[in-house]
Amino acid sequence: MAQIEKSAPNDPATGLIAGLRNWFTDRAPGFDPVYRKHMTEYYAPKNFNLWYYFGSLALLVLVNQIVTGIFLTMHYKPSATEAFTSVEYIMRDVDWGWLIRLMHSTGASLFFVVVYLHMFRGLIYGSYQKPRELVWVLGMLIFLTLMAEAFMGYVLPWGQMSYWGAQVIINLFGAIPFVGEDLTEWIRGDYLVSDATLGRFFALHVIALPLVILLLVVLHLGALHEVGSNNPDGVDIKKVKDPVTKIPLDGIAFHPYYTVKDLFGTAFFLLIAAFILFFEPTFGGLFLEHDNFNAANPLVTPEHIKPVWYFTPYYAMLRAVPDKLFGVMIMGGAVLILFLLPWIDRSPVKSLRYRPLLHTLLIALFVVAFAVLGWLGMQAGSTTQTWVARVLTIYYFGFFLLMPFWSQMGTFKPVPQRVTTHD
Amino acid sequence: MANQEVNTGRRRFLTATTAVVGGAGAVVAAVPFIKSWQPSARAQVAGAPVTEDISKLEVGQRLIVSWRGQPVWIIRRTPEMLAALPSLDERLRDPKSDNPDQQPEYAKNAHRSIKPEISVLVGTCTHLGCSPRFVPELLPQPFDADWKGGFYCPCHNSRFDLAGRVFQGVPAPTNLKVPPYRFIDDNRIEIGVNPEGAA
Repeated sequence: MAQIEKSAPNDPATGLIAGLRNWFTDRAPGFDPVYRKHMTEYYAPKNFNLWYYFGSLALLVLVNQIVTGIFLTMHYKPSATEAFTSVEYIMRDVDWGWLIRLMHSTGASLFFVVVYLHMFRGLIYGSYQKPRELVWVLGMLIFLTLMAEAFMGYVLPWGQMSYWGAQVIINLFGAIPFVGEDLTEWIRGDYLVSDATLGRFFALHVIALPLVILLLVVLHLGALHEVGSNNPDGVDIKKVKDPVTKIPLDGIAFHPYYTVKDLFGTAFFLLIAAFILFFEPTFGGLFLEHDNFNAANPLVTPEHIKPVWYFTPYYAMLRAVPDKLFGVMIMGGAVLILFLLPWIDRSPVKSLRYRPLLHTLLIALFVVAFAVLGWLGMQAGSTTQTWVARVLTIYYFGFFLLMPFWSQMGTFKPVPQRVTTHD
Repeated sequence: MANQEVNTGRRRFLTATTAVVGGAGAVVAAVPFIKSWQPSARAQVAGAPVTEDISKLEVGQRLIVSWRGQPVWIIRRTPEMLAALPSLDERLRDPKSDNPDQQPEYAKNAHRSIKPEISVLVGTCTHLGCSPRFVPELLPQPFDADWKGGFYCPCHNSRFDLAGRVFQGVPAPTNLKVPPYRFIDDNRIEIGVNPEGAA
């Protein structure tokens, strides 16, 4: 030990790094405090569990989408006549093009896997409750933008599903009274989904929406670091601080402790991602749909049309309503109602660990309803299935609309002063 | 100067007027960008009429023609198909074609066409624009046990009869659109043009 300390200043490499660092700090003195605030002196609760991987994994997938996306734009042609063949060209002729393209398409689906789990974490641990409402709202804005980003990205390969998916989604706006028809024409830039539509979706997908998402991610993290992270016990770690250092006793520095933990999560996640990528990139038609391997044909709708899996729960709700405008309102409302969670959840306790069994059961039923709706959205839709979808849609909305009441019902367990795993 | 009192009222006025003028400028500057999304001049002229020869269209068959990039169907209906149409009236949303936006005046009749057997329809579902499937058989179907032939949309299960009239209890709000069309002679149809004399 003593030997290292003694030799360190003389070590030319260490000296060079220290010198560079000093040079940099002299010229940008504001950088170091920012780094410390968000990394080495950002104290996160020490009891994070598995659910807390998905935030950093979402960031990882975002980076993957940006990097692979940049390389795809180098070969992709955003025109109705060339788009489909240029994707085939990437898959067959570009060196490693298949890998980059499949990383992008698999990444898109995994983005939603990770984001849905990340949001579910917020639900079971009450992470959106005061004072983290803004964190939730910013996160929901990311989710909304991500949905638009994913939809437009799905149109770009210009396969049958791309084309008819675009047709259906754009026509949703046609349900708006009075301006609907003009609005759809404005979005398409033509009287039908065409080259003009593809061009603008390409521009929005590769530049406009990614910029919005990046900005929102910075704001989401900024807002989180102002109020600090919640945890599986839902207790406020800032209440018990070390009297001398003023550091929360149940907090540990984000770097190095959680960077290392997230690195482990990253490795595990990449293992799963690589398995999908190399062995089942279409994921049985869920990640890349079979009909999308046919070029877009504006005259023939595929026999069985459905959106990608991450939109199917909302699609099932749309299909369950036998009225155009009301159906679109239900579909949009199903997403927008999530914005209200911080205010409709009146539970006096954050974490599900200390909430009544009733809450666990209702949330478990909600998960089942959401999953079954997702499955129904992929089916052709028989009469029975439509009725099941209707019942589940009512449960979905009932879950949220009645939350102000049921979230206060039952006997709550006492919440500990500190996290349960402290020493 | 230094002791002069600050005129906060004037400051607020100047701030507000600057903001309003600047805001108006921003709105005006946004107009070209928003307008650039409208169908271009090229897209507008691409909507020319098309002519189709139907002499080879067999009874009971459907022909798909592209007009303004949209599928337009021409169907030669059998007498049985035509006979079945009135029996469906009770199950339809708009059996008498009362919605004037969905067909020209000359197609507002029981068979929604100029000639009873020849039906011309824009083949996009009035719900969200998918192109429904042609299910001409007068046989029970999984989606309807009492099927009298018609169109079934795979996207959201909307159903239409063989005159393009929408059933009740499906998401599509209106009947399929009948485009303007005319017969040049017995075997040639021009789509996109009204018959002479018709508005």
